Amino acid sequence: MTMTPSPAPIATETNPAKSLAASRKPFGYRINAVGIIGLAVILAWALVALFAPLLIPHPVGEIVDFDYFGPMSDKLWLGSDYLGRDMLSRILMGARYTVGISLAAVTIACFSGVVLGMIAAVAGGWIDTVLSRFLDAMNSIPSKLFGLVVVAAVGSSIPVLVITLSVIYTPGAYRFARALAVNINAMDFITVARIRGENIFYIIRAEILPNITGPVLADLGLRFVFIVLLLSGLSFLGLGVQPPNADWGALVRENIGGLPFAAPAVIFPSLAIASLTISVNMLIDNLPKKIRDRSA
Amino acid sequence: MRLNARAFSLVVNRLLIALVTLTIVLVAVFLATTLLPGDTATMLLGQAATPEAVAGLRQAMHLDDPAALRFLRWVFGLLHGDLGTSYANNLPIAQLISGRFVNSMKLAGLTSLLAVPIALTLGITSAMLRGSVYDRCVTVITIGVISVPEFMIATSAVLLFAVYLKWLPALSFANEVHSFSGMLRVYAMPVITLTFGVSAQMIRMTRAAVIETLDTPYVEMALLKGASRRRIVLRHALPNALGPIVNAMALSLSYLLGGVIIVETIFNYPGIAKLMVDAVATRDLPLIQSCAMIFCVGYLVLITMADIVSILSNPRLR
Amino acid sequence: MANLVEIRDLKVQATTDSGRKIEIIKDVSLDIADGEIVALIGESGSGKTTIALTLMGHTRPGCRITGGTIRVGGKDMAASSEKERARIRGTEVAYVPQSAAAAFNPAIKIMDQVIEITQIHGLMTKDAAQVRAVELFKALSLPNPETIGSRYPHQVSGGQLQRLSAAMALIGGPKLVIFDEPTTALDVTTQIEVLRAFKSVMRKDGISGVYVSHDLAVVAQIADRIVVLKGGEVQETGTTEALLADAQHPYTRELLSAFEPKQRAARTQDREGVKPLLEIEDLVAGYGERQADGLPLVKAVQSVSLMVHNGRNLGIIGESGCGKSTLARSIAGILPSAAGHIIFNGRELGRHARERSRDQLREMQIVFQSADTALNPAKSIEDILGRPLTFYHGMKGKARDARIDQLLDMVHLPKGLRHRRPSELSGGQKQRINFARALAAEPKLILCDEITSALDTVVAAAIIDLLKELQRELGLSYIFISHDLSVVEAICDEVVVMYRGEKVEQIAPQSLSRPQHPYSKLLFSSVPKLDPTWLDGLVQDPELVKAYQVAP
Repeated sequence: MTMTPSPAPIATETNPAKSLAASRKPFGYRINAVGIIGLAVILAWALVALFAPLLIPHPVGEIVDFDYFGPMSDKLWLGSDYLGRDMLSRILMGARYTVGISLAAVTIACFSGVVLGMIAAVAGGWIDTVLSRFLDAMNSIPSKLFGLVVVAAVGSSIPVLVITLSVIYTPGAYRFARALAVNINAMDFITVARIRGENIFYIIRAEILPNITGPVLADLGLRFVFIVLLLSGLSFLGLGVQPPNADWGALVRENIGGLPFAAPAVIFPSLAIASLTISVNMLIDNLPKKIRDRSA
Repeated sequence: MRLNARAFSLVVNRLLIALVTLTIVLVAVFLATTLLPGDTATMLLGQAATPEAVAGLRQAMHLDDPAALRFLRWVFGLLHGDLGTSYANNLPIAQLISGRFVNSMKLAGLTSLLAVPIALTLGITSAMLRGSVYDRCVTVITIGVISVPEFMIATSAVLLFAVYLKWLPALSFANEVHSFSGMLRVYAMPVITLTFGVSAQMIRMTRAAVIETLDTPYVEMALLKGASRRRIVLRHALPNALGPIVNAMALSLSYLLGGVIIVETIFNYPGIAKLMVDAVATRDLPLIQSCAMIFCVGYLVLITMADIVSILSNPRLR
Repeated sequence: MANLVEIRDLKVQATTDSGRKIEIIKDVSLDIADGEIVALIGESGSGKTTIALTLMGHTRPGCRITGGTIRVGGKDMAASSEKERARIRGTEVAYVPQSAAAAFNPAIKIMDQVIEITQIHGLMTKDAAQVRAVELFKALSLPNPETIGSRYPHQVSGGQLQRLSAAMALIGGPKLVIFDEPTTALDVTTQIEVLRAFKSVMRKDGISGVYVSHDLAVVAQIADRIVVLKGGEVQETGTTEALLADAQHPYTRELLSAFEPKQRAARTQDREGVKPLLEIEDLVAGYGERQADGLPLVKAVQSVSLMVHNGRNLGIIGESGCGKSTLARSIAGILPSAAGHIIFNGRELGRHARERSRDQLREMQIVFQSADTALNPAKSIEDILGRPLTFYHGMKGKARDARIDQLLDMVHLPKGLRHRRPSELSGGQKQRINFARALAAEPKLILCDEITSALDTVVAAAIIDLLKELQRELGLSYIFISHDLSVVEAICDEVVVMYRGEKVEQIAPQSLSRPQHPYSKLLFSSVPKLDPTWLDGLVQDPELVKAYQVAP
């Protein structure tokens, strides 16, 4: 019989918390370069949206160039549009509409979706069935179509756009939040709270909500991207933000005539949209993860 | 594939839900279009019409009937193939739509023909080679394509092929096609644009479906039996991924419905989506209703099929 | 006699989530002779499955072999190419997985998967392979050996799937078979059949085996030699008899003592005439639609009656599907009973927890099996323990903090743990917090629903000791539900045996080792003992076995 003496004393359990302390990174998060870039771009556009009037070099409506669809130059960094106005200024102001409307819509959509989803998950029964059937039916209408028809019917003022966009994307947020809440609801710690005698509001607020915040915020980011794309699409069709105001989609629409000349006026608004949506995607895919040392 | 009792009842259930949803959607479409402002009768007769003429027309068109009655009349007409008459040019809508519908179907058909093989190949291979440089490139490109608006893909395609390379014309005049090469030149741009968008969706979903089957214990077991990678993917992973993949394809094709609106507008393609966009501009009620309805029905058919495939592909139902 | 397997100084490294590299197998060496079955014993995380998989040159994602040699039949698996390894897998070394249900492809018929090894390596024609497969099915005592191959995996029970996976491994005629905890998920009665089947097939053809497990008693039945592992290192090696009789290493001794059934000191019946703490009368509970008689469609608990006295413990034992968990949930009010009475402290309790007063809920607490899902991952330990204090006793501020410290002390956990999240704790620590939360309410009765089933044996033994200590200090009573007889015997005064929803027997404290009812006898005799000759010498009436088959 062979024996390998072990120098370690007999411990009844290993404590992973101790090994964690040995390798603690700042804030305990692993930070990713790609995520940082995404975050930076988003913050930049948010600041632009807030302070646009202070940042623009030329007033938005003023014609500053004799040439239309002028090229990029020292005076006009992004060239001029189909009337000779400065594109840079128009894009910076456009950020207000694109970012502003989309942010408002996504907040309303996700808030409603999460509240309804949690209620449906926890209450169950007929409330759940009715809500789910109704919202699933709404999901069955293609989003562009819905936006088109409603905006054509009621007009395209800013409040209408915000409400329409939030209505279109609430069902998706609802479905997601409900699925998360249903999963959490099935866990034993919810049962423990229930038989303690806790009421439904405490359970939703203190037990379920903290567990779904992370994924819900990620979903918010995704929905924000969808809304930006839909808004730009509608504006491109002439049904979104109306002249003289213009969001990025409307800017592409006005300047589409410059396409055969490869004018910067038609390219840069699209690039602005792409930079925003791609950054959000980058951020979501690379959110900082808390380190949990897990050995095989 | 034998349908046993349980699978059958699940499918029937799903079809019933689809029917209910269809009804809700029809009601929604009807309501939305009747909300359009402006009195229809006044619009048709012009501003100079007398109040009596307007009242008379309203009565003739049944515009004063309660909404529910008008809705039922409309559905009744639909089932008989009578889509009403266009306000703008007084032609029967069915006639207006049919030609355009065929055009849009041609576009959708060509796109699917291209997108499905591309997406399947790229999706499956990038899942098999997960983590490699090839996979990372594919992922980055597909995320890029999904994140940008369709008109950006369209404008980029135009810039590349029409402006810089001068291979293709920017606009398409589909009804004046006389030769095969002419047809190619006319369809190329819209189809390329749509294909990019649809393939990107399909690739991501296919890749996710295949990865999910590759991560299962039974695939590890096959590896531990000494199976080669090809055998693992073809015999073990794909049969289980087939259901989710077909599901993904049906869902991706439903994105076509959105993309085609932009593409037909930007390329001036005479399809049904462009017809609807123009109808919105002229507030042509019946036309909008009919076009919207066709879109909704198509969308519903696709997502219902996707769900049914999901149900039937569950091996535990055998 | 040359060794079939020789592992020398094996090192395996794993990369954790944060990118750190840690060594999970440290300089392990072991031998397996021809025709010998060696057991790898250890708790979870000891590295036993990792070592077993390296015999096929396979590591789980994130791990890699960084040193040492693994000679199987002369070839070094560590140094071979992937292609060479693939050639050996199935033909010379085969693997029987832990969860057969997960290892079978749900979309392919059983026979096709069982003979797959022969097709991959071109060992024989399809027809010859099918004939061989049926032979193996017979040797493994599977029912309907001629036709079972034409079914799909989900149409077959767990115990059968486990034996089918053994057939799948043996069909290639390997020299070495790796069994990875194959009976862990099975009931004790099914386990016996499966163990017997494995043993006879291995012995008949003189095949070498590696048996990975955490259960010393099971391993003692089938293994010739035992290797004890902890933290990726070999603690002790020896023949089964020698190790069981006279273990040298302190860790092995600790394992052995955790396996010995600790008999409870029989307490004299001095409770005559005292009112019981909890009385259950003819309880019926189940699932599904209410039928005409008001009872549910599926009756998981059928007319069960029992009594628990103050300061005493009742054990409820049975195999999967006997209704013991449903019973616990009915008593707690989570799943309302359909008929019968629950009388607690002389007052009848409402069926649903909603109908009970806060005090009634407070005095009866339930502790669940899986501490992972029983503790809210988003809350700190302080919040988890603090909530019942605030809710039941209205405690706030300093008083609350002091009580939390007290509770942590009672369950032998350091005070510094209060700011941690559950995900940072080990399994045993989480279960202690689970328990502390129940104690925070100051209950009279605690329902323990399989609380040790998910824990390692050594950790579970410590939890049982804690329960006993707390009972002495606080005058608690427990209803202890488990499928593990040794755990129940260690702590309970009386034992109730359940089968298919019915109470089959109630065994008084004096007669704990002498069950009367045929099913109880069968159940008690099916529990493996730490005696290598137990399985071979086990005599169970085959009629009885057939009559009480939970899963055929």
